[in-house]
Amino acid sequence: MSNNALKRTEPDLSHHDLSFSFSRFLKSDGNLTRLFIIMVFVFIMMSILSPHTFLSIDSFSSMAFQFPEIGILALAMMLTMISGGIDLSIVGTANLTSILAAMVMVKFIPPDASAGISILWTMLAVIVSMVTGMICGLLNGFAVGKIGIPPILVTLGSMQLYMGLAVVLTKGQAITGLPAAFSGIGNGSLAGIPVPLILFAVCIALMYILLNRRPYGIKLQLLGTNRTASRYSGINNTNVLLKTYAISGLLAAIAGLVIIAHTNSAKADYGTSYILQAILIAVMGGVNPNGGFGKIAGIVMAVLTLQFLSSGLNALHVGNFFKDFIWGIVLILVMVINVLSPKIKWGRRRHRIT
Amino acid sequence: MRKRFKTTEFYVAIIILILFTVIGSQNGAFFSSANMFDLIRSSIVPGIFVICTMMVIISGGIDVSFPAIATFSMFTATKILMLLHFEGPVVVPFILAGLIGLCLGLINGLLIAFFKLPTLIVTLGTSSIFSGFLLTFVGSRQISNLPKPLEEFGKMQFIKFTDSDGIVIGLPMSVLITVAVVILVAVMMKYTMIGRGIYALGGDPVSAERIGFSLPFLQCFVYGFVGLLSGIAGMIQTTMMRSSNPVDLLGSELLIIAAVVLGGVRITGGHGTVLGALLGLLLIVTIQNSLILIGIPSYWQRFVIGALILVGTAIAAFQMKRSTAKQTSILI
Repeated sequence: MSNNALKRTEPDLSHHDLSFSFSRFLKSDGNLTRLFIIMVFVFIMMSILSPHTFLSIDSFSSMAFQFPEIGILALAMMLTMISGGIDLSIVGTANLTSILAAMVMVKFIPPDASAGISILWTMLAVIVSMVTGMICGLLNGFAVGKIGIPPILVTLGSMQLYMGLAVVLTKGQAITGLPAAFSGIGNGSLAGIPVPLILFAVCIALMYILLNRRPYGIKLQLLGTNRTASRYSGINNTNVLLKTYAISGLLAAIAGLVIIAHTNSAKADYGTSYILQAILIAVMGGVNPNGGFGKIAGIVMAVLTLQFLSSGLNALHVGNFFKDFIWGIVLILVMVINVLSPKIKWGRRRHRIT
Repeated sequence: MRKRFKTTEFYVAIIILILFTVIGSQNGAFFSSANMFDLIRSSIVPGIFVICTMMVIISGGIDVSFPAIATFSMFTATKILMLLHFEGPVVVPFILAGLIGLCLGLINGLLIAFFKLPTLIVTLGTSSIFSGFLLTFVGSRQISNLPKPLEEFGKMQFIKFTDSDGIVIGLPMSVLITVAVVILVAVMMKYTMIGRGIYALGGDPVSAERIGFSLPFLQCFVYGFVGLLSGIAGMIQTTMMRSSNPVDLLGSELLIIAAVVLGGVRITGGHGTVLGALLGLLLIVTIQNSLILIGIPSYWQRFVIGALILVGTAIAAFQMKRSTAKQTSILI
């Protein structure tokens, strides 16, 4: 009893302690531990099943180019899910904004332009796409926060709207012939590290700061947990929602830029299956679909797990449809395990028996 | 009577009327019986889907797996019948597809009822599982020579006549199935305990449980029933297209949900009617089929539908806000 009381008065220093202990980090959250085990398990399984193709430098470098785009989309999904909503329009936003960027680049950069001019227009195209992404997100946030339409409906409608706009802009055709300087971003490396991976890392770092070191993060979690309580505690819900969806749109725009830089073309219906994958990664990463909880580390581990799975299955020459099948099963399994595991409580039961 | 003017159904009906007059005044061909029958024909399969989605949304959930279930059941059923060289009555394929759909729907229902998982994510996952399984293990190539009974059922016409231009116009027999489903569900939702239970479940699950409804049973029933209907709808699609294509229906879920929501079925559950859902479908189908008649290029379709969903739901949300504001002002 007294022991307990003593413990309670001790302040929780874990947040101020800057030294990083991996085991403590995993222990702090059962879900992360499970995810880590799943990730390692998938990695080992794939290494055993196809040691030559999966465990090669080529395969790892192609993985490093592949997962950042979906990882960034999953970060956007995570943010809106923590707020208790969902953003189905991220792929639509990504397509629309990347098409705008591609149009700017293809229209205004003459084939014989000097490097300076071409870089200037590329920068402008990037800014155009990011600003449009934020506007798209703000529109969602306005409809969710101010008018009060359920997020699922808003983003369902705006997904059609943004994709429709993209189709109207391109008349359904693909835009090709992006400048080499730009596609270098998607396929190039900086000091041996693929540029998309660096962009993903930057997004993660910024999101980490935003969620853990800024008041916004706490407000977002409270809003997601209990909207009424957050309103009564003086949080401007509408404001937080606007911010959330705007950041989600911005992240979607960045993902769109990475995608077109990687594929060197922009199309209105590119990557429609990314929606399901982004939701899958977010839910698998431990984001509560009802709102209020989610960790970036979980997202990173879930993205890696899925990439291992997908690359490994590719190495085994398995078709895309079979991958869909596996992903669906993984999604359902992870959710069922997440529901069951708090009820089972292995550790405590063993204590009671002994 | 004044109450009737305030319902969403009323507004949707007015919008449809305006749309009809606008399109009709721009292009006389719109009101031709050929075009009208075309509208009906293109609503036969979506009509059943709309009824399914309406039930799920009223129960407080959302289901995006019905196209996958429909495709799975129709393709697997056709494949089984082909292997058996089936020659019997045409009811059998429908029952078989329905049963396959029922099993798949029950998977959804069990996951949702017993693990209390969010319905959107469960059905996203299962739809990926079903279509992935179908395309990997059952087959991905379209079956174009159907068993004879199905082929004949597809050719059978319910109404058939020749119009003034000499074009033969007809409706397939399967329109009767859709009508039967609509009537059955309308009666069930309004006059049976199960229907009332579904409304109660969507309105307030805790209260529904306290007044004695079994929530797991209701949820399994809803998703199972939806699976059954989807299977039948898939079979109708097969008979109408005269072929079984495993990627035919995939991707139609969002438009169906949009139609249901436009028809005044509240996405939060507990509120909505069969009539409203059907009117919403009519609105979407009209736009899909008729934009080109008034000279709007077909690539505007998606944009128009997206804008319609946003505006439609915004109006509904606005109305609800106003009505709740009124309620609180009475309390204070």
